[in-house]
Amino acid sequence: MPNPVVRLFLCVAAGLLLACTGRAAPMGEADARHLLNRTGFGAPPQMVASYAKLSREQAVDRLLAGARSTPVLTPPSLVHEPLFRVRELGEEEKKAVQRAEFEKGVELRAWWLQEMLQTPSPLSERMTLFWHNHFVSSQQKVKSGKLMLDQNLLLRRHALGNFGELLHAVAKDPAMIIYLDAATNRKGQPNENFAREVMELFTLGEGHYGEQDVKEAARAFTGWSLERETGRFKWRPPMHDDGEKRVLGRSGNFDGDDVLDILLAQPAMAEFITGKLWREFVSPTPNAAEVKRVAERFRAAGLDIRPALRALLLTRSFWAPENRGALVKSPVDLVVGSLRTLEVSVPDALPLAFTMRNLGQDLLAPPNVRGWPGGEAWINSTTLLARKQFMERLLRNDEFVARAVRADGVEVAYEQGVQRNRQRVQQLREEFGKGPGRLEGETRMRMVQAMSDIRFDSRSWLAHFTDAAAVERALLPVAAVAMPPTTTQGIALVRAFALDPAYQLK
Amino acid sequence: MSHFRPCRREFLSLLGAGACVALTPSLAIAGATTTAYRRLLVLVELKGGNDGLNTIVPFADPRYAQLRPRIGLRRDELLLLDERTGAHPSLAPLRPLWEGRELAIVQSVGYPQANLSHFRSIEIWDTASRSDQYLDDGWLGRAFAQTPVPADFAADGVIVGSSELGPMVGRQARAVALTGAEQFQRQSKMAEVRAPSASGALGHLLKVENDVAAAGARLGGRRSFATSFPQGVFGDAVRTACQVVAQGNGVAALRLTLNGFDTHQNQPGTHANLLKQLAEGLAALRAGLVELGRWNDTLVMSYAEFGRRPQENQSNGTDHGTAAPHLVLGGRVVGGFYGAPPQLDRLDGNGNLPFAVDFRSLYATALERWWEMPSAAVLGARFPTLPLLKA
Repeated sequence: MPNPVVRLFLCVAAGLLLACTGRAAPMGEADARHLLNRTGFGAPPQMVASYAKLSREQAVDRLLAGARSTPVLTPPSLVHEPLFRVRELGEEEKKAVQRAEFEKGVELRAWWLQEMLQTPSPLSERMTLFWHNHFVSSQQKVKSGKLMLDQNLLLRRHALGNFGELLHAVAKDPAMIIYLDAATNRKGQPNENFAREVMELFTLGEGHYGEQDVKEAARAFTGWSLERETGRFKWRPPMHDDGEKRVLGRSGNFDGDDVLDILLAQPAMAEFITGKLWREFVSPTPNAAEVKRVAERFRAAGLDIRPALRALLLTRSFWAPENRGALVKSPVDLVVGSLRTLEVSVPDALPLAFTMRNLGQDLLAPPNVRGWPGGEAWINSTTLLARKQFMERLLRNDEFVARAVRADGVEVAYEQGVQRNRQRVQQLREEFGKGPGRLEGETRMRMVQAMSDIRFDSRSWLAHFTDAAAVERALLPVAAVAMPPTTTQGIALVRAFALDPAYQLK
Repeated sequence: MSHFRPCRREFLSLLGAGACVALTPSLAIAGATTTAYRRLLVLVELKGGNDGLNTIVPFADPRYAQLRPRIGLRRDELLLLDERTGAHPSLAPLRPLWEGRELAIVQSVGYPQANLSHFRSIEIWDTASRSDQYLDDGWLGRAFAQTPVPADFAADGVIVGSSELGPMVGRQARAVALTGAEQFQRQSKMAEVRAPSASGALGHLLKVENDVAAAGARLGGRRSFATSFPQGVFGDAVRTACQVVAQGNGVAALRLTLNGFDTHQNQPGTHANLLKQLAEGLAALRAGLVELGRWNDTLVMSYAEFGRRPQENQSNGTDHGTAAPHLVLGGRVVGGFYGAPPQLDRLDGNGNLPFAVDFRSLYATALERWWEMPSAAVLGARFPTLPLLKA
């Protein structure tokens, strides 16, 4: 039985808690939008309205309870092409295989983007993307759509699960084995790539380990390899160095899993991960005291991610006015978020795969092992203009399509048709870069069709709002830098806010 | 500069020597900055990794013909540069520059622990990192942050023919990518000049938007040239580059890209065509800049992610390699050979060449000897410069 002082304290605390949650003050639309933008990608007006009725705590709990470990949409069915087999092919066949891999890669990205658009749990996709940018692997090096897909499914399975289990699983993931050269790490010929990154980027951060720890850990990871034919993980005991190793002050005949457990037990680990979650969800500048508190919760929960995230989303800082609009939207935020917020129907996300690349976030191909640096680095002259061009085209589309439909209805002359195609091709090139040029035949047709199928219905979307101020609140996290003239209405009003610099923030 | 001296004399007489002592250092720094970037740096990226051995050919080394029985160039095909070395015949348009000693050839440029991935290796070149180091900003981006480009320049740098900012990536850098001057003109209208009052993320957005709008406004003019620019994508890029230089105070740096050097198969025809475009383009660049009176303060340097493997492959092509020669040209360049000829007798385990000049030495030369600014902070260490510029 706790002593009376503690009991009194507990009573008061419980009373306060009841006072807060019991009343369950509805948080309102501004808070709902903030929460949904940060934990998902934008949100349609009806979803905002439904969350607005909940208290902050109820809303966070609802998001966490709805998290998924599998995608809603069936992923494309891909077959693993072993690289050594491709190398043995003749030039023409090799080209064909490479082209097929390219199209598989596009297909895979389109599937993931469609999942982000349609999932009932955007939080699950945001966390999958967060781990993709944490445990980085890239199609550029892995060169297997199948293995990248398997890794993506793995990240989603553990996205809000247990960090320790996630780390152990991803360390043996075939795409990771290839990406960080684990298969070339052998007894007597160590390759330190994975051993270094697992400490620097995945668990501890610089300054919490020494060069000697990297060397010794690399020895422990020897023997982790792949089966050539299937691309599955394979343990090869003859390659394993089973001598004594000393890692972070502990000695033993460690294998890879032992080293991962040593890393997971380091005090720096929970704060390192929490700091990264902070920069993803809250602001670019972590608050040391709050990070410490959330990290303690993370550790106390045995490294379960969900309770840590719950604590993070209920910090004062997450809701603080000064942190509204403090983050720069990533290209995924911009593209998927805009399409969701504006209730744009996207029957086929194929073109968006190229949009993402054009905006600097080619999914499944982060620039290097550190991932996309993000934040202000998302915005430079090229990407800012590309972002504006994307919004501009999206918000012109209903007019554009209406015209095209009319024209098709009245038997356009052949030359006009050719002219339109040329314009289309020009647009494709400007908006999507050179990538679509590699698409052939049916896929290319599909691309053009999919582009014109992405439609924004301004009339029905605007019907959710009573005045310009409500439209502004729905689109911008902070006040517009330049208010459009009061006479602006209809799609022009939406365009004015979407091209305002504040639209790039969340 | 002509206005500067009388002004300074006035300071002397009005304020007296004491005040001037305090003023001089800041004036000197401002003056140095402005004049430094009056000198233009043009980077030419040979994207895909140029085959150095078939560009500047060590024909006298018997190993060359052994390694390249099918795609090797014979002595009688080459433009002879010295008794051991010849240039690919497509480089003929650069012959006057070589003879006029405005063209330097720096041989065996590379870096330790070479990475053979296009993606990673160009990142190493662009960020001037070590092979095992990951940096976010490009080397020029860091230079612009260290020593700001005067605000009245249209931009710090302009990228032509690519949308990747590469060496000009940087939070502070005012870098603009022009796929085509017209497309940029049209697109930049979406950007507006805004009061840069905010801080944090919004402040950064407003700054970039302002940079784009300013560049759009300042790069709008059209100048006609007597120079005829070659047909084709690279010729167009050279024309755009000359247009940019012609506008007002211009820019501190330009980056042009010529694509297609990843010649894994049937290399000879493709490579000859690429080098022809390169040589004609560079000769037109020289002519255009001479016309603008800027050639004497222009330094042009080629670069690429890597060279190619000495041993030809089974498809009449070459695979990813390491060190390669690069071209440096300009009105103040001291022409001739630098670095060391390719050491075909010292190939590594993968059959690749050792390097003799770290690519960061070229960057250090541009920073210290061309722009007269410190290079160690930008490049992460001191690298020896090359004596390829006239004093």
